[in-house]
Amino acid sequence: MNRSNTAQSEGPSSYPSAAPLEFQSATKRYAGSAKPAVDELSLEVPAGEVCVLVGPSGCGKTTAMRMVNRMIEITDGDILLDGRSVRDRNPAELRREIGYVIQQIGLFPHLTIAQNIATVPRLLGWEKERTAKRIAELLDLIDLPDDVRDRYPGQLSGGQRQRVGVARALAADPPLMLMDEPFGAIDPINRERLQDEFLRLQREIQKTIVFVTHDIDEAIKMGDRIAILREGGKLAQYATPDDLLTKPEDEFVAQFVGQDRSLKRLSLARVSDLKLLPADGFERNGEPTLEERTSLRDALSLILSYGGKPLPVLEEDGQVTGLVSTELITATLES
Amino acid sequence: MNALIAATVVPNFGGASSCVRDNGTFCWSWFSGRWGNTFWPALRQHLLLTTVAIAIGTAIAFGLTLLAHRDRRVGPPVTFVSGVLYTIPSLALFQILVPITGLTFLTVEIALVSYTLLILFRNFTTGLAEVPSEVREAARGMGLTRRQVLWRVELPLALPAMIAGLRIATVTVISLATVAALVGINQGLGVPIFDAIQGGAFKTELFAAGILAVALAIGADLLLLGVQRVLTPWAKARSR
Amino acid sequence: MSDIGHAFTFIGDNLDLLRRDTLTHLSIAGIATLISLVLAVPLGVWLGHLRRGSFLAINISNIGRALPSLAVLSIALPFVGVGRSTVIIALVVLAVPPMLTNAYVAIAGVDPDAVEAAKGMGMRPREVLARVELPLALPLIFAGIRTATVYVIATATLGGFFGGGGLGDIIADQATYRIQGVLAAAIWVALLAILAEVLLAGIQRLLTPRGLRGAPEVGPATAF
Repeated sequence: MNRSNTAQSEGPSSYPSAAPLEFQSATKRYAGSAKPAVDELSLEVPAGEVCVLVGPSGCGKTTAMRMVNRMIEITDGDILLDGRSVRDRNPAELRREIGYVIQQIGLFPHLTIAQNIATVPRLLGWEKERTAKRIAELLDLIDLPDDVRDRYPGQLSGGQRQRVGVARALAADPPLMLMDEPFGAIDPINRERLQDEFLRLQREIQKTIVFVTHDIDEAIKMGDRIAILREGGKLAQYATPDDLLTKPEDEFVAQFVGQDRSLKRLSLARVSDLKLLPADGFERNGEPTLEERTSLRDALSLILSYGGKPLPVLEEDGQVTGLVSTELITATLES
Repeated sequence: MNALIAATVVPNFGGASSCVRDNGTFCWSWFSGRWGNTFWPALRQHLLLTTVAIAIGTAIAFGLTLLAHRDRRVGPPVTFVSGVLYTIPSLALFQILVPITGLTFLTVEIALVSYTLLILFRNFTTGLAEVPSEVREAARGMGLTRRQVLWRVELPLALPAMIAGLRIATVTVISLATVAALVGINQGLGVPIFDAIQGGAFKTELFAAGILAVALAIGADLLLLGVQRVLTPWAKARSR
Repeated sequence: MSDIGHAFTFIGDNLDLLRRDTLTHLSIAGIATLISLVLAVPLGVWLGHLRRGSFLAINISNIGRALPSLAVLSIALPFVGVGRSTVIIALVVLAVPPMLTNAYVAIAGVDPDAVEAAKGMGMRPREVLARVELPLALPLIFAGIRTATVYVIATATLGGFFGGGGLGDIIADQATYRIQGVLAAAIWVALLAILAEVLLAGIQRLLTPRGLRGAPEVGPATAF
């Protein structure tokens, strides 16, 4: 979990490629409703980080996100993007600077993939060649062949459409992306693939991202920081995934994170994070082997299924570099 | 009963050929002789009646649709009024209008336009209402203004439903425009039909005018279908 | 405008005539509607149940819609001759398409999950039709019948010019009834059509299962 926080100074569109975001006691109250939907939410998202808003349904996570691009108006408090209040901005202009991805994607069925991706560049008055170049760049980035340019969304698979949705949101190189359960409608296997792909993409583009989900596992996987909201739109805890799992602030957070939070923590770390036991005199005897990139959760599972004896870690050339034992793994949970 | 038909006790179809005298099934020579001075002008007139009614009806319905899009309260009264107009039998409506606007082009157009309104308004508003909410949400979220969302996203997506409405309205107008002649308005393909009935059911004239009206309706329908295919290539490109 | 005033006077003075012609009018419309119903609805339901023949069922209404009513009457006239049969035959030709198409679409469009669940619970095809498809499709089937019925009542007026009798007789015979009589019949038939529409819309609402009410209303698809 070693992602960079540094914002690059210039993107292709001369916006900073990532900008910090700050909620300052942001509150949403609907007329005729006694309790606020979002209650004095305060948190800072450093530039280039993924902040996941997570919580049970009705906790106001989507409302909180939609206040950022003023799809929902703030009642009280403020939200600052790159130090500027979003309340002072023209909503349409503000939204053109913020990438927006929703669960149902919302591609325009009457426009080709290229025209869909070109939506915001066109609104911003980019020249044709610049837009065309950007479309090619983005299709490459999301791993779609160039010949989808002239197809219509109806001719693509669900996963492909989701990727186009992300590309469309990235088109004008916005410093901030809002993603509302972007993988919620995708089957589990493809969801995992898209998540991995997205993490790889994020390492490349390093956007500031607000990511809404109701799935704590997805939150732990995707987030640099996680904000857990409880009913009534109150912030329960805002922390890194590791802190959230080791130091849940109260019973609600502990419950929401789940009984298996030790295992979840193990899934965050890899064999490469361990100081391996020496393998002097170790003879291989048909036991399963581990790799540097195996997660500690998978490593523990393999060890347990093989009678609890330490297992060897292999390098690419087949050399045993050391051993991993249950004690070694559980020790990481104490630190 | 049958006053008009009974008025001509002995049919005299006014032609020299035996086919015409015997009221044969279809007398080609009579038809081709009348094509230039009767049927072709009637067909052109019919097309004009239809085009003007559709153009005006579309303009009114489109304006009302935009109003209803902005303000939900507009829809129900428009639907109610246009629904009542739509239910009135065409012969009755033409007849009721004659004392007010006379045996004129205007009378025909008022009636025809009033029949298009329900069809067009309902199809236009349904087209807009059926735009998927996530598409609207995504459009707003990317920074399209309200007007841009309407003109660049909602209206293009509503186009198939809107053209479907235009097709129904067009064939309806073509059909109803024939009725105008029955109240004595000398416009369109209804004129030869009325003439044939009064002349004791002269077959050639009945067939010719009837078939021309059907052909005009089918032709206009296919033309609009073609227009829709050209304007909305994405609609048939769906994989589902 | 005084013509319209005289028309109302005519209505007051000739209620007997109007009542008699209304009955004739409704009996012509009723016979045509019944014949169309017997021809179109079972066929549409059957095709819809098999989910076959969609091309026929859908396109027949497109073609039917494109048939100008007066053209159908005038093409039928030479074959059948002046009289009530011509009018009834033409009305049937015009009423079958909307009934057939609505019946087909209504049955074929029943939620496939509901049909699947019914089969899964062990219903035979006939039971699926009787207990699931027909009840769910009834409002839409009736919408087609309603459209066609109002259409037939309105179009029967044209029958006056083809020896069909009914209220169109008065409209076609200005020589006898003068302009006030013609106008009176026009107003009368307009009210009759609106009344039929309102009545049938009410019945359609009653036929709609409570769980389906509030769904977008299905209205007439054809004009007269």
